[in-house]
Amino acid sequence: MEVLLVSLLNGLVYGMLLFMLASGLTLIFSMMGVLNFAHGSIYMLGAYFAYESTRFLGFWSALLIAPLLCGAIGAAIEIWGLRRVHHNGHIAELLFTFGLVFIIGRSVQMAWGMLPMPYRVPAGLDFPLFTLYGLQFPAYRGFMLLISAGMLAAIWLLLKRTRIGMVIQAALTHPGMTAALGHNVPLVFTIVFAGGCLLAGLAGVIGGNYQSTEPGMADAMGPIVFVVVVFGGLGSLAGCFLASIIMGMVVTFSVVIDTSIADLLHPLGIAVHNDDLLGEILTVPVARIGALLPLLMMVLILLFRPRGLLGTRDT
Amino acid sequence: MKGRRLFVALLAASLGIALWGPARAADDTIKIGYIDPFSGPFAATGNNFLKVFSYVLEKINAEGGPLGKKYELVTFDSKLQPAEALIALKSVTDQNLPFVMHCVGSNVGAAMIDAVSKHNARNPDNRLLYLNCGALATELTNEQCDFWHFRFTANVDQRAVARIKTLPQSVKSVYVLNQDYLFGQSVQKATLKYLQQYRPDVKIVADELVPFGKVQDFSPYIAKIKASGAQSLVTSNYDRDLNLLMKAGNDAGLEIRYDAYLAHQPGGPTSTGPAGDNRLTSVMEFHDNVPAEEHNPAAEKFIEGWRARADFNFIPLDYVTMFQMLTAAINKAGSTDAQKVALALEGMKVTDMMGDENIMRAEDHQLLSPLREAVFTRSAKLDAEKTGLGWKTETKLSGADLTLPDTCKMKRPAS
Repeated sequence: MEVLLVSLLNGLVYGMLLFMLASGLTLIFSMMGVLNFAHGSIYMLGAYFAYESTRFLGFWSALLIAPLLCGAIGAAIEIWGLRRVHHNGHIAELLFTFGLVFIIGRSVQMAWGMLPMPYRVPAGLDFPLFTLYGLQFPAYRGFMLLISAGMLAAIWLLLKRTRIGMVIQAALTHPGMTAALGHNVPLVFTIVFAGGCLLAGLAGVIGGNYQSTEPGMADAMGPIVFVVVVFGGLGSLAGCFLASIIMGMVVTFSVVIDTSIADLLHPLGIAVHNDDLLGEILTVPVARIGALLPLLMMVLILLFRPRGLLGTRDT
Repeated sequence: MKGRRLFVALLAASLGIALWGPARAADDTIKIGYIDPFSGPFAATGNNFLKVFSYVLEKINAEGGPLGKKYELVTFDSKLQPAEALIALKSVTDQNLPFVMHCVGSNVGAAMIDAVSKHNARNPDNRLLYLNCGALATELTNEQCDFWHFRFTANVDQRAVARIKTLPQSVKSVYVLNQDYLFGQSVQKATLKYLQQYRPDVKIVADELVPFGKVQDFSPYIAKIKASGAQSLVTSNYDRDLNLLMKAGNDAGLEIRYDAYLAHQPGGPTSTGPAGDNRLTSVMEFHDNVPAEEHNPAAEKFIEGWRARADFNFIPLDYVTMFQMLTAAINKAGSTDAQKVALALEGMKVTDMMGDENIMRAEDHQLLSPLREAVFTRSAKLDAEKTGLGWKTETKLSGADLTLPDTCKMKRPAS
């Protein structure tokens, strides 16, 4: 029971971090059709920028500066990079962002080196919020939840209650029609791409000290965020949110399940041993393959519901 | 016409220089192919090792290398993938390098042993030796042992014996957690085996494998560890998998000892930070405070030089010992011929920088060297990675303490 409750909280925190990353990616992907491979790299940049601004100006200004810097980089990438390769089709755009991953990754290594940065939780948030069955829940995780919930509300308001939000929404579902109506679609693209990068930067600021700020962090977070986007469905922020929370929970809960498929078969009178056919797979406890479950879920949803959980159009 | 003739002459000249240059350089250097991850998630480790090697080799070259020649490293990126490492190995053999060195990843090590052995069998006139400075899985000098492979560092079983023997008597319950791949499973087996052998009083409350490099948040594991009530977490996790584990533990205020195998690896101290004070121990060859602890001014100077240059701490004493042995073996063999050097290395004894005896065991090519168990503490004189905390030796085990039986049936080349 205690493990269940603690895992629920941890799953929520991890899910919300995933959402912060995935929301930007899903907006870009749905609207521009560009699977931005460099999204994880922007997340990493956000963490490094935050570390640097924390050193000189403190954490709170970092919370503002790092996302803005990432947003500016995003805008620059869109205006001077993506827009130029756009004429050559999606494959060119895909390859372009793929190249960015290496450029950003290498630049970060050259600027900051290979070792993790001592980017720590600010002293003002470094206390246990409450204690649950002897385990402390750090205030910083509460703060992460707060920021991501605030972000969710802000995106929702922006999309549903403002004019630019309406245009973006229209462009999400009917990009051709929106352009035909005379909206400045390139400008909207820039705003969406910069906005997505800004969100990734924000996720970097609060994810950098929740995890560790090092050159490997882009590779570590990149794949799972793609899984979330595909699983949630194109053009749906709600689907993205749902998928993030589900993935967070799946990853967190799978860790505490020590049973294997063989254990489930046992009451039915079927005994599986390690050396039987497929025995190796059937006797592995779920905890050991937990990190692979999201990928498995993505494969299944692509097979049986290609548009994703709440997707509005096929991938 | 004149222009073209000039061009041809220049081309010929540059070709001549290109051909003549390396050939001449090869006369007074001994080149060693060095394969390790220099890109990707584990690049930090490879690049740090490379810095250490260049410092060590500078010292050894300054003293006059083997046969009056100088060592030179030629690096190749393994990306921590066996397939990439084998491509790199092909480049090493194409360049006729007499030695190939590799430190990170037992999976890579296993592939390299096999490839080097096959290469040497097929190309008797272009053989090379595999100098293993960090692929730790014990199997590599047991079932998979090979004449052309020498391991210059303590293997998993030796480390596990050191780890278990140095667990405080007050610890009565342990949680065993390792990464789910060759090395982690190897440590897991050895830990369980030697716990039973040396500390039957200790209860193993859980024995867990975590996906290698895939876990983003260890909080769920921390909840599990807390629920198990273990006093000590015995883990061979390293790099990111250790850093995130300790971070999650500290965040949750988990009261537990961390008895690690590889917490001293680059990046470990930074990520652990002040939270590790007096709670984290690790088993290592050496650390910055050893010279002062053992009153060895020459070694203190070596460490001072390193810290001034790299602004970092020093762990791998075995890298120095490895080149001491290699130099002695090449001098004894009188050449860099792989077979002659291998025979010279077998059974070789050298005294390391701290004055301890190191032996290269002939029967399985495993180095017998001392290990130190140290605690991460504020009261250490020299800190690690500018954290303000450093390592302090609690127990030192000699090479003889860590001599274990082996199951190696080595095939030796004829003649």
